[in-house]
Amino acid sequence: MSTITLTLKIWRQQDRKTKGRFETYETGPISQDMSFLEMLDVLNEQLTLEGKDPVAFDHDCREGICGMCGSVINGEAHGPEKETTLCQLHMRHFKDNDTLVIEPFRARAFPIIKDLAIDRTPLDRIIQAGGYISVNTGGAPDANAIPIAAERAEAALDAAACIGCGACVAACPNASAMLFVGAKITHLALLPQGLPERSGRPLDMVQEMDSQGFGNCSNIQECEQACPKGISIQNIARLNHEYLRAAFLSEE
Amino acid sequence: MLTSSIGKKTVMAISGAMLSLFLLAHMVGNTTAFFGREAFNGYAGHIHDLGGILKLLEAGLLFFLLAHAGVALLLYLENMQARPERYAVKKSSGSGLIAQTMPYTGLAILIFLIVHLANFHFTDRTTPPSEMIREVLGRPEFALFYIFSVLAAALHISHGLWSLFQTLGLSHPRYNKLIMTGGIICGIAVGTVFVLIPVLAVIYSGFLL
Repeated sequence: MSTITLTLKIWRQQDRKTKGRFETYETGPISQDMSFLEMLDVLNEQLTLEGKDPVAFDHDCREGICGMCGSVINGEAHGPEKETTLCQLHMRHFKDNDTLVIEPFRARAFPIIKDLAIDRTPLDRIIQAGGYISVNTGGAPDANAIPIAAERAEAALDAAACIGCGACVAACPNASAMLFVGAKITHLALLPQGLPERSGRPLDMVQEMDSQGFGNCSNIQECEQACPKGISIQNIARLNHEYLRAAFLSEE
Repeated sequence: MLTSSIGKKTVMAISGAMLSLFLLAHMVGNTTAFFGREAFNGYAGHIHDLGGILKLLEAGLLFFLLAHAGVALLLYLENMQARPERYAVKKSSGSGLIAQTMPYTGLAILIFLIVHLANFHFTDRTTPPSEMIREVLGRPEFALFYIFSVLAAALHISHGLWSLFQTLGLSHPRYNKLIMTGGIICGIAVGTVFVLIPVLAVIYSGFLL
């Protein structure tokens, strides 16, 4: 088992109002089989034993599916590996004596709670505004009761792969949430279950997105590069299409 | 609807499309300069003979320019505010380099437009157009300024044309490559024609004589 030692420059911030700063830490030996978050666990153990305040960071499932983790590592959201969340990023991608600058996802809409932990509630509010379908509860419907073409279901599921981690917002030079909203709109707009709310949904979700303080999309494509789930900007075009359709062509 | 983020982007897309159409027409018209003085002055004469229609087109152009520049400024300011604390380290993938310079190439075009109109529009209009070109672009400092401005415009529309389709939601995997390539070809065409005129004016003393 090979180990490496790292120099970490980590953003430390007491709470959302206090001004933050970078602190530099030298790690002990880090196994290259560890994930990035396990490396932070080891650092926190070291800090706790030294009587210092451990680094607060977001994490939950550590399987790459919950959308809770994420920091900016040397200028890249979720670090250097493509389509990989921070928890699934392994230390074998780093070299001995590397210096890593670790910052929280930065956006006006994502206030810092402490250190690397951020408040992503604005994404939840966008979902509350329209990211749902209305069905009557009752017995479970038969499988395949509603026919859906395989290609369409695939496209909807590709969009539904979005875990809402906010890396698109973090990577966007404008801190725009259009890739997130595009994915959510697409996955519901492509399926028959999403049709009843098709006209209201884009209007409500975009209105909520704007009021949460995200920036505007300028088609820079950084979001697509940073997305750990490989969500395409094709979804942003569909959001634009669905929005304009709802705004100008809807009969409701 | 137009005050929402997507609404503002739609205003940018449609006004940008109109301005691009004008630029393409302007480019095609200017190719007459390569066929000599008579061809160019004849073309300019035809345009001026349009009279009332020309005034209407000019008013439309001014309207779209004001909409495009005004909403651009608003979007720029909003986007600045969306990230109050900058990253200490930020790596960009490079795919959006032209997109990120849109506000700056846009500003360069606006400055150029003022100089360009002062040179050729708000000036003594009794001199034949071919003579005006020889006078203004014969001076190397003006020629250089025109060349740089045209390159900014070429970059601006090479991203703008694809961006226009994306913003209006007209995107399909089958046509995306075509649209992107089309934008770049338009950028190169506009760049080539408009750069050739000041270059010829400087290096070829018999240009438009």
